[in-house]
Amino acid sequence: MRHSRLWTWHILAGLVILVLLGLHMVIMHLDEVLPLAGLNPAGGEAIDWANVAARAKLGFFMASYIVLLGAALFHGLYGLNTIIGETNVGAGLKRFATACLMVMGVALFVVGTYAAIAARGLAMKG
Amino acid sequence: MSESKTIHFRIRKFNPETDPAPSWKTFAVPFAKGMTVLDGLHWIKRNQDTGLAFRYSCRMGVCGSCGMLINGRPTLACNTQVAALKAAMVVVAPLPNFHTVRDLVPDLTPMFEKHQAIRPFILREDKGEMDAPTAEFYQTPHELEEYLQFSFCIRCGACMAACPTMATDRDYPGPMPLAQAYRYSADSRDGGFAERAKAVDRKSGVFSCHFGSECSAACPKGVDPAKAIQLMKRRLVFDYLRLFKAKKPCGGVHGQRTTGRREGIPEAPEYTIK
Amino acid sequence: MSSKSYDNHLGIKGWALGGAWSPERYLYTLHRVTGLGILSYFLLHILVTTSRAFGPAQWNALLGDGGFLRHPVFVVGEFLVLAAFGFHAANGVRLILIELGFAVGRPIEPVYPYKTSLHASRFVTVVLMLAGAAFIVLGGLEFLRH
Repeated sequence: MRHSRLWTWHILAGLVILVLLGLHMVIMHLDEVLPLAGLNPAGGEAIDWANVAARAKLGFFMASYIVLLGAALFHGLYGLNTIIGETNVGAGLKRFATACLMVMGVALFVVGTYAAIAARGLAMKG
Repeated sequence: MSESKTIHFRIRKFNPETDPAPSWKTFAVPFAKGMTVLDGLHWIKRNQDTGLAFRYSCRMGVCGSCGMLINGRPTLACNTQVAALKAAMVVVAPLPNFHTVRDLVPDLTPMFEKHQAIRPFILREDKGEMDAPTAEFYQTPHELEEYLQFSFCIRCGACMAACPTMATDRDYPGPMPLAQAYRYSADSRDGGFAERAKAVDRKSGVFSCHFGSECSAACPKGVDPAKAIQLMKRRLVFDYLRLFKAKKPCGGVHGQRTTGRREGIPEAPEYTIK
Repeated sequence: MSSKSYDNHLGIKGWALGGAWSPERYLYTLHRVTGLGILSYFLLHILVTTSRAFGPAQWNALLGDGGFLRHPVFVVGEFLVLAAFGFHAANGVRLILIELGFAVGRPIEPVYPYKTSLHASRFVTVVLMLAGAAFIVLGGLEFLRH
């Protein structure tokens, strides 16, 4: 396997995270410092249920959460796999770790995607 | 500084026959102006410890034999002035990230094996022309500059000792072989990029470099292995994204000839010893 | 080679110490540490925020006013995650520029005192580290308001 392919996707995922996680950080933590009104429509804390529900209603947030989830899981777990691959533990243990990380990544992607879709359904109803 | 001044050398000693682990020994050495660390080691071997083992050959930073860890930095002993260290104690140890054979002698075999694995020579399809050349290959000065810096490498192993990935990963080729992989791939006479990509574009390959950049900071010849490695990554990624257009290796000066000898090249002289 | 030779590999401590002790080595180490920190937070974050799929009661128990995760310890932890992201993102952009060969300069003839890719990339490094620091300071101001 040409490793440059995985690495290129690692970099591209990093760029996606830079944009989407940057936005996420601004909404969550810089909503008072930066003069960007309307990021948290219900006012108060960004993590108050009213704000969470208001964002969940928007298709953009649902889609961006899923894209960010996938990109971040790939980028983070690939990075961890690289670090494990560079340690001096045995080759068998490294292969086992890689397999575990892949299973974990897929499982968490399924859980997170379900949450993003279910939260939207819940917000639309309520 | 005066001639009578002494300087202390703290040297890591290891005898594989008797010692389970290395130990340290300190020597007082008379300081002389212009003295290098290698001069100090010679003085110790002549006067105090005849069993002290270290490698050296040219004494002028050309052969790459005397790579060692001097005051915590991997470099050449012959190229390091004791006065320039500006320290009361010169601490000398063998290069890390290699096995130590004895005292200050590292086992560089893994480095040379990895160097061989990246095929460090011109690879071309026209084998006939390679074995029995009929003309010189042409190369512009600009094409020469693309790889010249990396061809100054003397394989001393200082970069390998400085590299953080080398500290743990035994499969990683290391800065020297990877830089040489780029040096040959960037040569306009060469057509072996695909073959070398197979050797370095793998797990624990070129992408296990994360630009800790210590190799370039440590290199005593200014070869800048980190630059070559990043340029190799660039070429591999651009190749994957189909942004890199490989050029055909250059031909001979007057067009490639398949037979015959170019006119005007004098015959070799007669053997002086029959 | 003699089987009695001594293994002089630095091991994991070689990731942080050794070499020529250039500042870039510590950026490399910090990139690993912050990456691992963000990843640990992120994996828990996925599970915690999944509670929004079960309605406001579940959400508020964890994250609502007075909820378990509003404890000051977690708020400080969140600021550390923001700081780690600020550094990891800025250093990540630096690494992309360098590893794709945009910020390391062209091959040059080595003339003493040697100028290497470290010198060529240092301007980019300083600018991006300042950008990362500005982001962290901005985040710090917001956290101090709480």
